[in-house]
Amino acid sequence: MDLGPHAGFILASYGLCLATVLGLIAWVRIDKVLQERALKDLAARGISRARPQTKEHTAS
Amino acid sequence: MSSWALTLFKRDLRLSVRVGGSAMVGVLFFLAVVTVIPFGVGPDLNLLSRIGPAILWIGALLATLLGLDRLFQADRDDGTLDLMLMAGRPLELVVLIKCLAHWVATGLPLVIAAPMLAIFLNLEPAAMGAVTVTLLAGTPALTLIGAIGASLTVSLRRGGLLLAVLVVPLAIPVLIFGVSAADAAIHDPVPFLTPFLILCALSLIAAVIGPVASAAALRFAAD
Amino acid sequence: MSIWDYANPTRFLRLVQVVLPWLTGLCVIAFAAGLYMSFFVAPEDYQQGDTVRIMYIHVPAAWLAMMCYSIMALSSLGTLVWKHPLADVSAKCAAPIGAAFTFMALVTGSLWGKPMWGTYWVWDARLTSVLVLLIMYLGLMTLWRTMEDPIRAGKAAAILTLVGALNLPIIKFSVDWWNTLHQPASVMRAGGPTIHPDILWPLLVMAIAFTLLFFVLHLMAMRNEILRRRVRSLRLRAAGAAQPGTVANATQPAE
Repeated sequence: MDLGPHAGFILASYGLCLATVLGLIAWVRIDKVLQERALKDLAARGISRARPQTKEHTAS
Repeated sequence: MSSWALTLFKRDLRLSVRVGGSAMVGVLFFLAVVTVIPFGVGPDLNLLSRIGPAILWIGALLATLLGLDRLFQADRDDGTLDLMLMAGRPLELVVLIKCLAHWVATGLPLVIAAPMLAIFLNLEPAAMGAVTVTLLAGTPALTLIGAIGASLTVSLRRGGLLLAVLVVPLAIPVLIFGVSAADAAIHDPVPFLTPFLILCALSLIAAVIGPVASAAALRFAAD
Repeated sequence: MSIWDYANPTRFLRLVQVVLPWLTGLCVIAFAAGLYMSFFVAPEDYQQGDTVRIMYIHVPAAWLAMMCYSIMALSSLGTLVWKHPLADVSAKCAAPIGAAFTFMALVTGSLWGKPMWGTYWVWDARLTSVLVLLIMYLGLMTLWRTMEDPIRAGKAAAILTLVGALNLPIIKFSVDWWNTLHQPASVMRAGGPTIHPDILWPLLVMAIAFTLLFFVLHLMAMRNEILRRRVRSLRLRAAGAAQPGTVANATQPAE
C-alpha cells in the first residue's frame, strides 16, 4: 500500500511506538518472572508468608 | 512568638555566612557561568545583549540550585532537624524562615552581583535595572521551590544532582516570567508590569506551597 | 464493593487475576480495529496526505500521557490524604508507563513535524510542556529508586507528584505567551469536535485501545510491585531472624 512520499516517517512512528509498547510488555512480564522466582526461592528456603503458630504479627 | 523566629533567622544567616562561604561561592559560580557562555556563544556584543537577561537568569537559577542542598543537610547531619521537628513550632514557618535566611545569604548576593555581571553582557542600563528587579522578585521563588526538592532529598547521600533535576521543572515558570519581564522592559510593545506582577505572584504562591510541601516531606523523611 | 475492599493486596491480586484476561482481550480487539481503521478506513488528508495517519498514535499517546499523570496525582492523594495501602503502588507503577507514552507522543510528534512543518522540534507551548512532563516523570522514577523503604519513597513521590500537578497548568499557561505553532484543540473543545467523523472515529477507537493498554500494563505492574514488596519483607524478616533484635526485624512494612 502506498503511503506517499513521507512513508518513512509514518513507518518510523508506528515502528517506534510498537517497539516502545513491546518494551513495556517485556518489562512487565520479565519483572513478574523475576519476582515469582524470588518468592519460590524464598519458599524453598522455608521463608514464606504462612503465619507461624505462636506469635501474632500486628501490622502497623 | 516572633523571638524564636528571629533567633532561627539569625542562626541560619550566621551559619551560612560563616560555614564554607556559601554566599560568596554562589556569586562566584554566577560569575563563572556568565563568563563561560560568551566563550561558547561568541563575543558578538549584539547577540550577548539580546540574550543577556536570559543568561543572567539561567546563571542565577543554576547558582541557586547548587546552594540548595545546604538548606537542610547540615541540620540533618547534626540532629538539629530532629530538634526542629520536635520543637512544637509550626514546621511550615520554620521552613519559611530558613528559606528566608538562605535567600538573604545566597540569593540576595546574586541580585546584587547581577548589575555588575550585566556589564560583561553589554546590557544597557534599562536592561540592567530590569534584570536586577526581576531577579529580586524571582529568586525568593527559586529558593522556596527549591526547598521542596531539598527536603525530598535530604535523607540521600548525594542528593544534590537529583535535587536539581526535581526542582528544574518546577522552577521553569519563574524563569519564563523573569526573562519575559526583563525583555519587556527593553522592547517597548509589551508592558513590563504584566509579567513582572505574575512573577511576584509566583513568589507569593511559592511562599505558601514551598513551606507546606517541604514540611510534609521533612516529616515523612523523619519517621 | 468499594475501593477499600481492595486495600488488601491479596484480594486485589485476585481481582487482577479475574479482570486481566478480559481487559487484555478487549485491548487486542480495540487495537486491531483501530489500526485497521487508521490505515484502511480513514481517508488521506487533503493537504497532508498519508502522514495524517501518524495522528492516530500521536494524539492518543499524548492523551494517555496526561491521563497517566492524573492517575498518579489521584493516587498521591490516596497516599497522603486517605492513606490507602495500594495508592503508592499505583503511583509507582504508573510512572514508567506514563513516561513511555510521553516519549511516544514526543517522538511521533517530531516525526510528524518534520515532513509537515519542516522541523523536528519547536519550542512552542504544547511541545515544551510535554517535554517538561517527561522530565517530571523521569524525576519521579528516579526519586522512587533512590529510597530504600518503599513506603517512605511513596510519600516523598506523592508530594512531588502533587506539586508537579500544580505546576503543569502553570507551565502550559505561561508558555502560551510564546507563539504556538502546534495545532489548537480540535477535539476537546467547548463546541464539540471540529474534525470529520471519518477521521474522528479511528482516533477514538485508538484512544480506547491505548487506554485499555494502559490499564492492562498498570494492573500487571501493580501485581509485580506487590510481589516485589513481599519478597522484600520476607528477606527482611529472614535477615531479622538471623540477627534477632535488629531494627529490620521490628519494622513491618506494608505489602
